[in-house]
Amino acid sequence: MIGLDGVAKAFGPNRVLQGVDLDIDSGTSMVIIGGSGTGKSVLLKCILGLVTPDAGRIMLDGQDVSRADRDAFLARFGMLFQGAALFDSLPVWQNVAFRLLQGRNRLSKSDARDRAIAKLRRVGLTPDVADRFPAELSGGMQKRVGLARAIAAEPEIIFFDEPTTGLDPIMAGVINDLIREIVTEMGATAMTITHDMSSVRAIADRVAMLHNGRIQWTGPVGAMDDSGDPYLTQFIHGRADGPIEAVR
Amino acid sequence: MTLLSPLGALGGAVLAALGAVGRATLFALDALGHILRPPFYGREFALALLQIGWLSLPVVGLTAVFTGGALALQIYAGGARFNAEAVVPQIVAIGMVRELGPVLVGLMIAARVTSSIAAEIATMKVTEQIDALVTLSTHPMKYLVAPRVLAALLVVPGLVAVGDVIGIAGGYAVATLSLGFTPAVYLRNTVDFLEMWDVLSSLIKGCAFGGIAALMGCYFGMMSGRGAQGVGRATKGSVEAAAVLILAANFLLTGVFFSL
Repeated sequence: MIGLDGVAKAFGPNRVLQGVDLDIDSGTSMVIIGGSGTGKSVLLKCILGLVTPDAGRIMLDGQDVSRADRDAFLARFGMLFQGAALFDSLPVWQNVAFRLLQGRNRLSKSDARDRAIAKLRRVGLTPDVADRFPAELSGGMQKRVGLARAIAAEPEIIFFDEPTTGLDPIMAGVINDLIREIVTEMGATAMTITHDMSSVRAIADRVAMLHNGRIQWTGPVGAMDDSGDPYLTQFIHGRADGPIEAVR
Repeated sequence: MTLLSPLGALGGAVLAALGAVGRATLFALDALGHILRPPFYGREFALALLQIGWLSLPVVGLTAVFTGGALALQIYAGGARFNAEAVVPQIVAIGMVRELGPVLVGLMIAARVTSSIAAEIATMKVTEQIDALVTLSTHPMKYLVAPRVLAALLVVPGLVAVGDVIGIAGGYAVATLSLGFTPAVYLRNTVDFLEMWDVLSSLIKGCAFGGIAALMGCYFGMMSGRGAQGVGRATKGSVEAAAVLILAANFLLTGVFFSL
């Protein structure tokens, strides 16, 4: 469904992506792992068109996304940002229903609010949160609201950028379980960026490791521990010794 | 080589400045294009009207009243040197309406509104809210920039008009309460002296200064760098650019108005 072919991106002399090739099948939950600064978020932003790649092609259902109708393309996506990226000036329900209130097929305010509250319930938040502002919520609640916003329009593809960063282990587990449940029940294609191995094991069907701007290893999550790849083995065990330099 | 290095640095600085002017100009043209094309975000526009217009009234009023009062005192003292104290109402009126009203309101808007817009948009950029807007199929230029620029273009002339009136009132208060002017005569001299073109030129300047203030806030916000330092730089840069451009535009517009 999503195909990356030789995607490259540099920021000045820093060549972040140096030819990424990756296929993500429809309905699969793919988790991209890799150390900090290896270009995981840049890769995700390239797919969404937030960053323009210097080279390579990104295909969605066989169509080059750079030639696709932008609104129709984005309408298929939902995204949970690392810091939730909720709009400070809007109450929670308007954040969740933001897409539902835009465009030609926009819902009425009351219908959008009902849908937002249903999605808030789905991520374990009570309706009284709906009228609060993001600044009044804890980090975990903000992530849940971000998740509710990502799924509000029931997208076919959902991206999760570091979904558990900054959360305590229990809340991280809750978010991981929610992501897995939601992706399964919606039948969505998911792509998650993380370096949290508990997230990887909870969310992934398949895993791809990004290192030195390329995909170092890819395969099913069950094959990760016996991959025999020294880079992946060092990463998943969090060892300082190995082919990956500990100080980058 | 050493002799040429200062020239190279100067050339580099000039090229950088020209590049910045070009980017800002393209940004302004893009923003104006988005004002004219749907979709329109009424809520954002109404909030911008409130923020830029209504909530700026206290600072505009206070600035104008003190400036009008001080102007009356200065003109009275200066006029006394050649027995021309009686021109206080006329000079206060023309000084406030043609020059000080628009410029002071423009600078107050640059301080209050430009900084606020730049800080808000830069923070949105740093916290990925602008990326989030894009993923939600919403163009940041349409949602964030167009409503603010349009609101500033429409509401700042109104603020200038209020500033003009309050500034004249400040001069009136000082002249009648402490300089011995007769209230009715002062008002009649003010009204008789002012021409429609004085008022119109004041409002045109207000429109231009409002547009500059909002555009600079939006431009520096959208172009901000990372982190708290990026937000700080964007805010500082936006106010500096807006203030300088407002004063430069005032000079150019005044020249144009005098040549008509």
